[in-house]
Amino acid sequence: MSVITPIGTLYRGGEGMWTWVLHRITGVSVFFFLLVHVLDTALVRVSPEAYDLIIATYKTPIVNLLEVGLVGAVLYHALNGLRVILIDFWRRGPRYQRQMTWVIAAIWFALMLPGTYFMMKHTIEAMFGSTS
Amino acid sequence: MTTLDISAPRSGAKRSGQRSNFELYSWLFMRISGIILVVLVLSHLVIMNLLDGGVQRINFAFVAGRWSSPFWQIWDLTMLWLAMLHGTNGMRTIINDYAERNQTRFWLKMALYTSSGFIILLGTLVIFTFDPNIG
Ligand code: HEM
Ligand code: HEM
Repeated sequence: MSVITPIGTLYRGGEGMWTWVLHRITGVSVFFFLLVHVLDTALVRVSPEAYDLIIATYKTPIVNLLEVGLVGAVLYHALNGLRVILIDFWRRGPRYQRQMTWVIAAIWFALMLPGTYFMMKHTIEAMFGSTS
Repeated sequence: MTTLDISAPRSGAKRSGQRSNFELYSWLFMRISGIILVVLVLSHLVIMNLLDGGVQRINFAFVAGRWSSPFWQIWDLTMLWLAMLHGTNGMRTIINDYAERNQTRFWLKMALYTSSGFIILLGTLVIFTFDPNIG
């Protein structure tokens, strides 16, 4: 197999690289969310009205969708973080790293499918009428 | 015949200058904090987004109810410190990876440490000085 790797870069492609790229992107995104999240929570020290006003934005359809994205990002980062930890500390970790990638992908979808539905339930009902 | 001169192994040699184990500890911290954060943050997300009404039922009274219990105060405090230190340390790695000029690295890290310090302080203060009867 002749894979040509450009000189001057360590990026090699393949799932190993993409799991890492995603881990980095989700880590940075969650970090920036957390900065804003502590600021919005700090409004409880200003007044109940100020806090309720900012939390009202969390309940709008668009932000609701962003929350699903945030939860998906945290969940991926957590699962892949555990995979990285297993590769480092578990004797058989390096040998099973590829299988573990498919396992975390399966867990991610299994949790996100119902998770997305229940997180969006209120928004869906408000937009399209009650589903039950 | 000359005697064979086997030089002393290098492993015991003194290294010049001070070396620190900071990067080793930071590597270990990322893993230990990560394991604890799985429990803290994923439960936080389930409580906030899925249990009884999810995000729709969050308001000032809800937070007041939760922070009346030392359990959730300590939970949130631990989550705040661990997530912020873990995230800041991760951001430090990323700055080291991409910022090539020493000046750029230095100022990006200063900006990072200043914002992180401010957020940790603010979040801690908010938990400790929370007043359910404000306003
Ligand atoms: C959409 C998702 C989220 C919602 C709706 C949410 C909601 C809340 C609420 C209502 C509080 C107030 C305190 C309480 O009731 O316990 C809080 C505090 C907190 N949350 Fe979240 N949260 C979310 C995501 C996250 C994530 C992803 C993290 C961590 C990376 C996080 C970390 C924290 C921390 C550290 C505090 C304490 C803040 C302080 O010390 O002032 N939250 N969150
Ligand atoms: C939920 C549980 C979490 C686990 C299991 C976890 C695990 C990890 C691990 C093991 C690493 C090191 C990766 C490596 O050395 O290659 C890492 C990096 C990182 N984490 Fe987390 N983490 C978690 C939560 C968080 C949170 C809440 C944030 C944001 C506040 C965050 C932000 C980052 C960042 C920015 C990096 C650096 C990424 C890089 O160097 O590519 N993590 N995480």
